[in-house]
Amino acid sequence: MAKTLPKADVVIVGMGWAGSVMAEELTRAGLNVVGIERGAWRDTSTDFPPAVDPDELRWHTRRNMLQPMSVETTTFRNRTDQTAAPVRNWSAFQYGWNVGGAGAHWAGMSWRFLEWDFQVATKTRERYGEEKLNGLENVQDWGVTYKDMEPYYDRFERIAGTSGYAGNIQGEKRPGGNIFEGPRKRDYPTPALKDTHWMSMYRETVNDMGYHPFTIPAGNISQAYVNPLGVNMGPCTYCGFCDFHGCGNFSKSSPQACILPTLMRRPNFTLLTETEVLHAVKHDDGKTAKGVKFIANGEEGFQPADVVCITAYQMDNVRLMLLSGIGEQYDPQTRRGTIGRNYSYQTCSSVTGFFDNERMNPFIGGGALGVQIDDFNGDNFDHTDLDFIGGAGIMGYSTNGRPIQNMNGLRPGTKRWGSEWKAGYARDYQTSASIFCQGTSMPSRDVYLDLDPTYKDRHGQPLIRLTFDWNENDKKMANYVTDKATEIMKRAGGKHLLTDNQASRSWNPYMQHSSHTIGGAVMGADPTTSALNPYLQSWDAHNVFVVGASAFPNNGGYNPTLTVGALAVRAAQAIHQTYINNPGPLVEA
Amino acid sequence: MNRREALRSLGALTASVTVAPYVGANQLKNVPLETALSEDSLPRPARVDGFSVLVEDSDRKTLAAAFDRLIPADDYGPSATEAGCLEFLDDQLAGDYGAGKALYLQAPLKPENEEALMGSPQFLATPKERYATGVKALEAYAQKAHGKAFADLSDDQIDEILTGLEAGDISLGDDVDGQAFFELMLQNVREGYLADPMYGGNRGMAGWKMVGFPGARYDYRPYIDRRGEDLGLIPVSLIPQD
Repeated sequence: MAKTLPKADVVIVGMGWAGSVMAEELTRAGLNVVGIERGAWRDTSTDFPPAVDPDELRWHTRRNMLQPMSVETTTFRNRTDQTAAPVRNWSAFQYGWNVGGAGAHWAGMSWRFLEWDFQVATKTRERYGEEKLNGLENVQDWGVTYKDMEPYYDRFERIAGTSGYAGNIQGEKRPGGNIFEGPRKRDYPTPALKDTHWMSMYRETVNDMGYHPFTIPAGNISQAYVNPLGVNMGPCTYCGFCDFHGCGNFSKSSPQACILPTLMRRPNFTLLTETEVLHAVKHDDGKTAKGVKFIANGEEGFQPADVVCITAYQMDNVRLMLLSGIGEQYDPQTRRGTIGRNYSYQTCSSVTGFFDNERMNPFIGGGALGVQIDDFNGDNFDHTDLDFIGGAGIMGYSTNGRPIQNMNGLRPGTKRWGSEWKAGYARDYQTSASIFCQGTSMPSRDVYLDLDPTYKDRHGQPLIRLTFDWNENDKKMANYVTDKATEIMKRAGGKHLLTDNQASRSWNPYMQHSSHTIGGAVMGADPTTSALNPYLQSWDAHNVFVVGASAFPNNGGYNPTLTVGALAVRAAQAIHQTYINNPGPLVEA
Repeated sequence: MNRREALRSLGALTASVTVAPYVGANQLKNVPLETALSEDSLPRPARVDGFSVLVEDSDRKTLAAAFDRLIPADDYGPSATEAGCLEFLDDQLAGDYGAGKALYLQAPLKPENEEALMGSPQFLATPKERYATGVKALEAYAQKAHGKAFADLSDDQIDEILTGLEAGDISLGDDVDGQAFFELMLQNVREGYLADPMYGGNRGMAGWKMVGFPGARYDYRPYIDRRGEDLGLIPVSLIPQD
């Protein structure tokens, strides 16, 4: 007989950014919350202080902060007529494996999505007509607008201490910021980070070309800061050991640095660590969940709760819905069912150039240190004469100079071993610089997630199976923006260009620059095409909320975290302001 | 006890901790009051008590010969073995990496299907097992092709074999994917040359000096405004070699 714990008002499954943000909102409102996390307790001073953090082999190469595939992995195929295989080794998927989740090891790029990203279907129809969506029948609005999201973005930025320089405050465009961003209530909590040598070269180049460069918003904060929860943060030291590493300096926005010190002290919060939720358990009528079944120390248990929030990694959110039997599996043939529907990736390319007479000092870096132009992102440029929708942020970045990671980044044709490699690396380490195109991804009808029929995790539960390849729209977009990046790199003086357009070949998890995996349990206004309503509430079980990048119906040309955090604030406020007093659907189907 | 010895001895205490720590589920109320470093947060420096995986002299000679052509001694720095890459590899293979603790190793594995989907061959064997078979296969190839030990071949002969393996033109038999074994060796030898010296390689921080990487530094605020300058920073390790 499994042990049953005392009932909670809310149980939260996964204590990454989404879970931590929601737990903070809900406990502050007086609710009794139990958080469950499959990883261990990890904190700044005890687990990744400055004397432990700057270690590339351990954290980046061996990925010691990430959840091992032996715990759970994903299976993958490009097309439905193939047999999926498991991702056996470290890949693009970067599941968190600690309290704080992937929010402890992320890079910190802290973007709001564009107004367009939330309403791609409507805005594309309005500007170009219905035919522009030919072949993109799964493109659909989010059921919320940027304007709806703005207060929640603002709240999350204040918690995270985000650095940056606003380009649009209440409609007033500000040169030096991103003039394409949606209107913001106010500027960032902390000022923009400084430029490295490459960033200043990139900024000058794109400015001369007539574009609109700005320092990217960063969860690497630029000065001492006290957030609204009373937590102190310190300035980023540009150490270059950021993504895949913890931050020892309280400078990278993370649940550890921004939320947990306050949350953990609340008497109405309990955290279960190294405890893995297997699935939610439904009431006999199947209409709501009565709690979650978990396994800890090899023994099963049950946590009853009035509300179940699923806030795990994107893949696991979808998997937990399927394992819990909540909602109907999407079928690409009939397009019926909503769980697994509208998976997307992040369409990326990079152009590296070599500058014989420059010294880039690439080791001076930050996870979110870069200068970008959004002139070719989203619908910021006219697509009338183009055969695609969407675009990409085009960024000159200085994230790191980790020597193992960069050992193949030499000018094309250089041998990877022998004296030729040594001479090449000695020459190119200091002289290379890269431009990254981080592009939108649109859903397609034959791309989806379901449970794998063959492969299981360590507890015998089926793995999630991904069926994905780039669609024609996104390939054309990638070609277009990669050409733009190439022009910029040439103009900046880069030679011997090394171009990597990810969409130019079939997707596989070992070849990606981006880890951004989204969709599969998406939000929307129509229960036939979305798993969740605009408050992230399941259409099929009204006391289940599913928060994460799994809710994005399409991907913007940006990193997902800020939007995840904003959605978490919004969902949590809907729960404690409305749902808890009047349980039921927050939106009529 | 100085800092290096302290870290080494603490590291030895935690040597048995795995990639996937499972110290037991906890119910936490409030921030845990223990503020000492978590045992498994400390880096685990390379052992200094001899080889434990690459125990056969002949295997070490074969690997040393291959490694020192992948990274030879030249004007840019010492060779792989001079920089400790063999000791690095042995230590890695003796630990979680060698045991494949992080990998998903459940069958079935259909080699052609997985290679086509994943863009490279996939294995159920651990890195330690792949070295055990790969080194023997390299030696067998040298004996068959040249009638002598791999370690006794000339630099040009070894380069020819490595080039053939890299291109997939040389077979190491049915049990070893020669091209994949080349990639594994190339990855690990360069890791050893460029990782923190506490892991046994990169002696004298030779790899970092080769490219100009200042190592385990934690604060570049004094330098970021000196754009494009030679900062003259001497590399530092997490555990200085005094």
